[in-house]
Amino acid sequence: MTAALQVQNLNRSFGALNVTRDVTMSLERGARCALIGPNGAGKTTLVNLITGVLKPSSGTVLLNGVDITTSSQATRARGGLARTFQINQLFRGLSVLENICMAIGERDGENSNMWRSAGAKRSVIDEALDHLDSLRLVDDALRLVRELPYGRQRLVEIAIALAQKPRVLLLDEPAAGVPSSESHLILDVVANLDPDIAVLIIEHDMDVVFRFAREIIVLVQGAVFTQGTPKEIMSNEDVRAVYLGQEGHDAVQRGGGHV
Amino acid sequence: MAANETTAAAMTSPRDSEAIAARDRAAEYLVSRHRYRWAEALPWLACIAVFFLFPDRLTFGSQVLVMVLFALSLDLILGYAGIVTLGHAAFFGIGAYTVGLGAAKFGWTEPVSGLFAAFVVASIAGFITGWFLLRYRGLTLLMLTLATAIMMQEAGNLRSDLSGGYDGLPGLVFDPLLGRFDYDLYGHTNYVYALVVLAVVFYFVRRIVYSPFGQALTGIRENVRRMHAIGSPVHWRLVTVYTIAAGIAGIAGALFTQTNAYVTLTVFDFENSAKVMVMLILGGTGRLYGAFLGAAVYMVLEDYFSKLSPTFWQFGIGLLLVLAVLFARRGVLGLFEQAGAYFGKDKNLDKNLDKNKGTKP
Repeated sequence: MTAALQVQNLNRSFGALNVTRDVTMSLERGARCALIGPNGAGKTTLVNLITGVLKPSSGTVLLNGVDITTSSQATRARGGLARTFQINQLFRGLSVLENICMAIGERDGENSNMWRSAGAKRSVIDEALDHLDSLRLVDDALRLVRELPYGRQRLVEIAIALAQKPRVLLLDEPAAGVPSSESHLILDVVANLDPDIAVLIIEHDMDVVFRFAREIIVLVQGAVFTQGTPKEIMSNEDVRAVYLGQEGHDAVQRGGGHV
Repeated sequence: MAANETTAAAMTSPRDSEAIAARDRAAEYLVSRHRYRWAEALPWLACIAVFFLFPDRLTFGSQVLVMVLFALSLDLILGYAGIVTLGHAAFFGIGAYTVGLGAAKFGWTEPVSGLFAAFVVASIAGFITGWFLLRYRGLTLLMLTLATAIMMQEAGNLRSDLSGGYDGLPGLVFDPLLGRFDYDLYGHTNYVYALVVLAVVFYFVRRIVYSPFGQALTGIRENVRRMHAIGSPVHWRLVTVYTIAAGIAGIAGALFTQTNAYVTLTVFDFENSAKVMVMLILGGTGRLYGAFLGAAVYMVLEDYFSKLSPTFWQFGIGLLLVLAVLFARRGVLGLFEQAGAYFGKDKNLDKNLDKNKGTKP
């Protein structure tokens, strides 16, 4: 069976800086993979290369066995590749419901229709409401996104991606910026994703990573440092040195900064 | 999978009735959003009232209607798709000259088919320039659209043997409307003609705006990165709407030529592009009727101020703009909406209040 997503020898440089170096990885159908690494390791760049925001200098990206290296973002999205952004990218002036309908409309090609009214297809609205229901957002359906608290906006961010009915889902720090009292809402959603979807999650919280992921890829300075099961990664001394050590160091600094 | 989701939704039984009510409210809002509201009759009734109340000012009235149509075309791209352009006069001018040259050089004097021709020619120009320019956004696009309009104007200047240059093509004669209604000194025929054209075009624009395509345009305006990420062919969408808006601006230009019976190269002026944008912003962008209010307020005041003081009339317009920017950020229409929400019963507001009551612990 072909992997849902395959990345082969991917390279990308900005000038003399190699931000992605010879990355090879693959996600099987239903994969639960975490991408970790210190700040500036190139995690978001890798997501941008996979989704087509950036073009790689060399290497290939395959989606369900199809070479999409030169495809546009939109083509990849229609092929079943969805993502969330580290910083919310939402239609802030529209209601939550309209945000979801937008994704469904683009997925089904409805949004090319200039003649019938946007509300005429009840199936689209019902499906959007189902998505909102599963994330407990129905009560906010008519509120403008910009009026929602940030944590709820993060949920909308995920809801849009899910409304695309993706086969591969890339989550870029889904709980970033959310107070810890609310982050469990988002992490519950992540934990209960459709088992058929291949998920790649970028996350800094090690508890989340070890709970969620069945496979972990450690990225350091743009290259795959090592990969393996959570157990292997946890017991890997090198990873502790470059990443977990770094994390501890960061935590100390953060603590100091807040005081 | 969809079946699973619906059963999952049905199983959340404790808050069932409340949840279903919330769903229905939300769905009802989207389903009914495009329906006509009684307030929408007001601008049209006002246009009809003007016909009877000011029978000797209808020539001016038809000029206002032409500008409403022009502003409406800009609203489609600026207000909905968020395309900022300072060269929209290019398409107005192309429409104006399509009809003008048709009548002066080729004897094409039938007015209604002239409008169609203007629509087609301006659309083609919109498609070609849009295809190249809409890769850019913001200031770059602003400069490029401005340059496009200037290039059109200079092309006309270069061939002043055809275009008549800045002296224009005077004394154009058009056939009676539909072969029956001749043009009178007071502009009655022209006014009705312009109003009917405006109403027809408005109907189409309104449908587009409330369609899924119109929603996608709003999405592009609100967040283009997200539109790419959910698979929207953004460039294609923008080119499509730009082409349509160019065509409508072409119709406005053609109406301008027909109702004035002359056309000069000043239709391509930067001032024309800027003026229509000012009108739209003054009236309120992205709400269709902003074009009505903005064009009407601007032109009536311009007319009034220029009679009051032929040299300093622009001061009045400038003051008005400053006031609008300071106190009516969403345009004159925004003021009306605020007043409506304050005094009247705003349905959405009530719904939100109800909802909050329901969810309080």
